[in-house]
Amino acid sequence: MLEVKNLHVSINGNKILKGINLTINAGEIHAIMGPNGSGKSTLAQALAGREEYVVTDGEVFYNGENLLELSPEDRARKGLFLAFQYPVEIPGVSNVNLLKTALNEIRKFHDEEELDAIDFLNLIKDKMKLVDLDESFLKRSVNEGFSGGEKKRNEIFQMAVLNPKLAILDETDSGLDIDALKVVANGVNKLKSKDNATIIVTHYQRLLDYIIPDFVHVLYDGKIVKSGGKELAFELEEKGYEWLKNGEEKVVTG
Amino acid sequence: MDNIIEFKEWFIKNFNAFEESLNGENTPLLHRVRKEAFKNFNELSFPTVKDEEWRFTNISPLLKYNFTLPSEDFKISDELVNKFLLNEIESNILIFVNGKFSEKNSKLLNLPEGTIVGSISDAMKNNPEIIDKYFGKYASYSNQIFTALSTAFTKDGAFVYVPDSKIVEDPIHIIFITTASEKKIIIQPRNLFIASKNSQVTIIEHFVSENDNIYFTNAVTEIVAEENAIIDHYKLQEESKNAFHIARVEIDQKRSSNFTSHSISTGGVITRNDINAHFNGEGGECTLNGLFLLEDKQLFDAHTLIDHATPLCNSHEHYKGILDDSSRGVFNGKVLVRQDAQKTNAFQKNNNILLSNNALVNTKPQLEIFADDVKCSHGATIGQIDEEAKFYLKSRGIGEKAANAILIHAFASDVIKSMKIDSVRNYLEDILSKRFNQ
Ligand SMILES: Nc1ncnc2c1ncn2[C@@H]1O[C@H](COP(=O)(O)OP(=O)(O)O)[C@@H](O)[C@H]1O
Ligand SMILES: [Mg+2]
Repeated sequence: MLEVKNLHVSINGNKILKGINLTINAGEIHAIMGPNGSGKSTLAQALAGREEYVVTDGEVFYNGENLLELSPEDRARKGLFLAFQYPVEIPGVSNVNLLKTALNEIRKFHDEEELDAIDFLNLIKDKMKLVDLDESFLKRSVNEGFSGGEKKRNEIFQMAVLNPKLAILDETDSGLDIDALKVVANGVNKLKSKDNATIIVTHYQRLLDYIIPDFVHVLYDGKIVKSGGKELAFELEEKGYEWLKNGEEKVVTG
Repeated sequence: MDNIIEFKEWFIKNFNAFEESLNGENTPLLHRVRKEAFKNFNELSFPTVKDEEWRFTNISPLLKYNFTLPSEDFKISDELVNKFLLNEIESNILIFVNGKFSEKNSKLLNLPEGTIVGSISDAMKNNPEIIDKYFGKYASYSNQIFTALSTAFTKDGAFVYVPDSKIVEDPIHIIFITTASEKKIIIQPRNLFIASKNSQVTIIEHFVSENDNIYFTNAVTEIVAEENAIIDHYKLQEESKNAFHIARVEIDQKRSSNFTSHSISTGGVITRNDINAHFNGEGGECTLNGLFLLEDKQLFDAHTLIDHATPLCNSHEHYKGILDDSSRGVFNGKVLVRQDAQKTNAFQKNNNILLSNNALVNTKPQLEIFADDVKCSHGATIGQIDEEAKFYLKSRGIGEKAANAILIHAFASDVIKSMKIDSVRNYLEDILSKRFNQ
């Protein structure tokens, strides 16, 4: 589904990602872990198509297509979804308006009819249950004045409505209490299928108690320094990110 | 080539002929007012950018043209009128064609007893006592040349009089239509709206044109809110993109009256709006909101004044500008709190969004406070589309155009939401959608 080859990304001329290689198949859940500032969000945003994140080298294929040539909106229309680490507040735009416009733009792209009002409402009501959000929330402005937990649940709610093929969750677990964490994890697990894939970017092992990844990658200083199964997450938790430095050296010397 | 008669000369030459053409609209008092105004017009000169109040608005392009008074009787079709209706079920519609009242196209279905709605020229004939009491009393023509011009040449305009304690439930929608014509014409709507004690009325002044002709609208509106009256006033200016529009609204607010104005502007090559509200009694409420949408080389200038002459009044003002291409906007909002006006609350905001690097806004809030027990605030911003918000929308599959439309809409939303009349809100939403979606 996704193939990242030797990806280099710079921001304002600073090299942040320094050769990422990553292959993700349908049905898989990948966890990307790493300390603050290692480049996890940069990878996530670059995959979503943020312009400031300049790809200086490497390639990315998404279902066989050159992802880097697509606009952010076309990436989304083709099934890529990014749950932002810091969801943006948009005063004056209601959640329901955002979702309706997004769904219809995606459908238009695939030459499908617009959803009628009733089908749309049924769909979003159904998905709201998944993340335990109140209906009054639909009329509120996107993320404006939301608590941290509400923002994260809103990202999962949007994901549920847009039903992506490849979802990238950027620290959707950060700042959540255990109940909110369970709601988020439950949402992700319910949406999992053999046809879609998920990348979970996280700083902590905690979320992985609820979502079992097939693979865990450790990102450090713009490079994936270690990959393995879910046990890698436990190892990291135990030994801390200090251990990575050795890991990096091993890569270099080995 | 024709001799270009100087702009002012033309009116001076034609004044006598104009006065002779009047019949019933000429009470002795009106005759005196016209004569005085004409004398002032003669003596005053047109403002230049050297005048502080016109610093950013150069009207010399307007003065290059020879405008003439519309002479013929124009007929317009219902289809043309229908284009500008807010919905199908409006009950009170006044149509003016090239400045002249068109009874045929108008209808008044739902007015309480004693309410007078129609043309001011009829009111001059039929209700001289009301005219003599109010006309020309608020829009001073002694130092403002465009008002002097309007007053000297007053022939027609809208007139609304709501008697004591009457509530006009349905909005009165006044449409000023300028038709396609060979000549470059000047239309000078002269409006007078009076809401008597404890009465309530909603009035929409709507300026439109049949095509993108060059013409000049010079409008003056006097509004009186008597004690405890409520007036909800809208101005929708969507004239030809080549039209000149100079307008002045003067509001006199008596004790405990409540006046709300929404001024929406999308048309005109040069538009100047002066809105001046005066509190002349305690406990008044005044809201002046506005939204201007500019593109190409349009210039829009909003000059507002809220005169807190009496204590215990509240004013709220919020103007928003959306400027594209090489357009220019001016906001000059003066709030005057006089020495006696204790316990005044006055809040003012002006926010602008520039969609192009060539667009420009000059914004100048002016608070002049001479009382000490007051709460006043003001703030102005000039910004661009929020790129982070735009990327967020795009990351959900929303394309460039739709994302811009959503964000522009969002920017305008608080002013739109503050309008009480659904049909006006929807009409404006449509204008925004048409402009920015596709
Ligand atoms: N917009 C930006 N401008 C400049 N530097 C940035 C920007 N975003 C991130 N960085 C830098 O890139 C590096 C990686 O950041 P990020 O991808 O956010 O890390 P992570 O998500 O792993 O914490 C950090 O050193 C950070 O300071
Ligand atoms: Mg991050």
